Amino acid sequence: MSNRLINWFKYASPQSFYPLAGKLIPWFWALAAVFGIAGLYIGFLVAPIDAQQGEGYRIIFLHVPTSWMSMFIYLVMAFWAGLGLAFNTRLSGMMAQALAPTGALMAFLSLWTGALWGKPMWGTWWVWDARLTSELILLFLYIGFIALQAAIDDPRRADKAGAILALVGVVNIPIIYFSVKWWNTLHQGASVSLTKAPSMAQTMLWGMLLCALACWMYSIAVALMRARSIMLERERHTEWVRALLDPQPAGKE
Amino acid sequence: MLTLVRAVIGRDLRLAMRRQADIVSALFFFIIVVSLFPLGIGPEPDLLRKLAPGVLWVAALLATMLSLPRLFADDHRDGTLEQLALAPQPLGLVVLGKVLAHWLVSGLPLALLAPVLGLQFDLDSEALWVLTGALLIGTPALSGIGAIGAALTLGVRGGGVLLSLLVLPLYIPVLIFGAGAVDATVTGMGPQAHLSLLGALALGGLFFAPWATAAALRIALE
Repeated sequence: MSNRLINWFKYASPQSFYPLAGKLIPWFWALAAVFGIAGLYIGFLVAPIDAQQGEGYRIIFLHVPTSWMSMFIYLVMAFWAGLGLAFNTRLSGMMAQALAPTGALMAFLSLWTGALWGKPMWGTWWVWDARLTSELILLFLYIGFIALQAAIDDPRRADKAGAILALVGVVNIPIIYFSVKWWNTLHQGASVSLTKAPSMAQTMLWGMLLCALACWMYSIAVALMRARSIMLERERHTEWVRALLDPQPAGKE
Repeated sequence: MLTLVRAVIGRDLRLAMRRQADIVSALFFFIIVVSLFPLGIGPEPDLLRKLAPGVLWVAALLATMLSLPRLFADDHRDGTLEQLALAPQPLGLVVLGKVLAHWLVSGLPLALLAPVLGLQFDLDSEALWVLTGALLIGTPALSGIGAIGAALTLGVRGGGVLLSLLVLPLYIPVLIFGAGAVDATVTGMGPQAHLSLLGALALGGLFFAPWATAAALRIALE
C-alpha cells in the first residue's frame, strides 16, 4: 500500500523540493503563456465591444484575475504559515515568504487597473467603495508581512513571526471587510454599484477565466522560482547546496 | 488565575506610576494632534463638528500606538519576560494583565480627556457622552491588538515604525465603529449598533489577542 502513495513529506525538505520545483517551473511558465495568449486573444479580438462601456471594459481581463489572485494568495500564504507553525517545517516558511511579494503585486495591479477603469467609467480614479478600500487594506497587510520578515535577521524567527502575523491577518480580513462594507453603506449613497454589472457575454467570461488561469500559473511559477532562491540562500551552509553550486569541489585541491 | 492577572496589573501600574512622564507625554501627544486639525482645516464650527469623531479617534489610535513599544521592551531587556514565560501559569494570562495595565494608563486617560477636546470641536453633550463611552469600550481592543504587534516587533530593527505598519491596518474596524458611533449620534441615528459591535471587538480582542501575543513572545524569546 505504501508504494502506491506518494510520500508527500519527502518534498517537505528543501533538498528534495529544489529539483522538483526546478522541473515544474518551465511547465508553469509554458501554461501561463498559453493561457495568457489565449485569454488575451479572446479578450481583445473575439469578445464583443460592451454596449455601455465601449472598449474600456477590456481592462477587466486583467483586473478581475489580479483581484482574485490577491485575495487567494493571502489565504495560501496563511495556509503555509499555519502549516509551518504546526509541523515546524522549513519549506512552509519559505513558501509563505516567496508568495508575499506576488500577492502584493497582484493587489497593487488590481488597484491600479481598477483606477484606470474607474476614470473613464465613473469619472474618478478612486472612490471609497467597500471593495476598493478592503483591497487597499489587503495591500497594507501584505506590506506589513514583507516588512516584518525583512526586519528580522534570523530566518527561523522571521518565518514564525510572519506566520503569526499572517494568521492574525486572515482572522481579521472578514472583520475588516464587513466593517468597511457597513461603514460604506452608512456614509455614501449607492452612487457607484459594482454588483449590478450587466450579465456578461459568454466569450467575455471565457476570456476572463483564461486570464485568471494565466495569472494562477504565473503566480505559481514565480513563487516557485523565488522559493528556490530563498532555499539556496538559507541552506547555503549545507552539503547539497555546495554540491549543486560547485560540481567539482575536490578537483580544485 | 485572577490573582496572577491582578498581580501583573499591580506591578505594571506601579512601574508606570514611577515613570509618569511617559503617560503624560502620550496624553499631550493626543491633545496636540487633535488641536492641529482645526489649525489646518479652519475654524468653521459646522465643518469641525463633522470632522470631530474621526479626528479624535485617529488621534487616539496614534496615541495608543505611541506607548506600545514599551509594553514588553523593558521586561525583555532586564530578563523579567523570560522569567514570566518560565512561570507555571499560562503566559497568555500574564499578557492579559499587561494589556489591561496598558489600557489603564493609556486608553482610560484618553477616554476621560476626550470630552474636553470634543468641546473644542463644538460637539453637543450627548455626542460627548457617546464619544467617551465609545473610547472606553474601544480602547481595550486597541491595547489587545497592539500587544500582538508589540510582541512581534520585540527587539527588531526599526521596531517603532514597523509596529505602526503591522498594527494600524488591524485597527481599522475599531476606528470605523468608534467614529461611527459618535457620527451616528450627531446625525441622530443613535449609537447602539456601533457600540455593540465595538464591545464585541473589544471582548474578542481581549480574549484572543493575549494568546497570539504569548505565541509571538515565545518566538521572540527563543
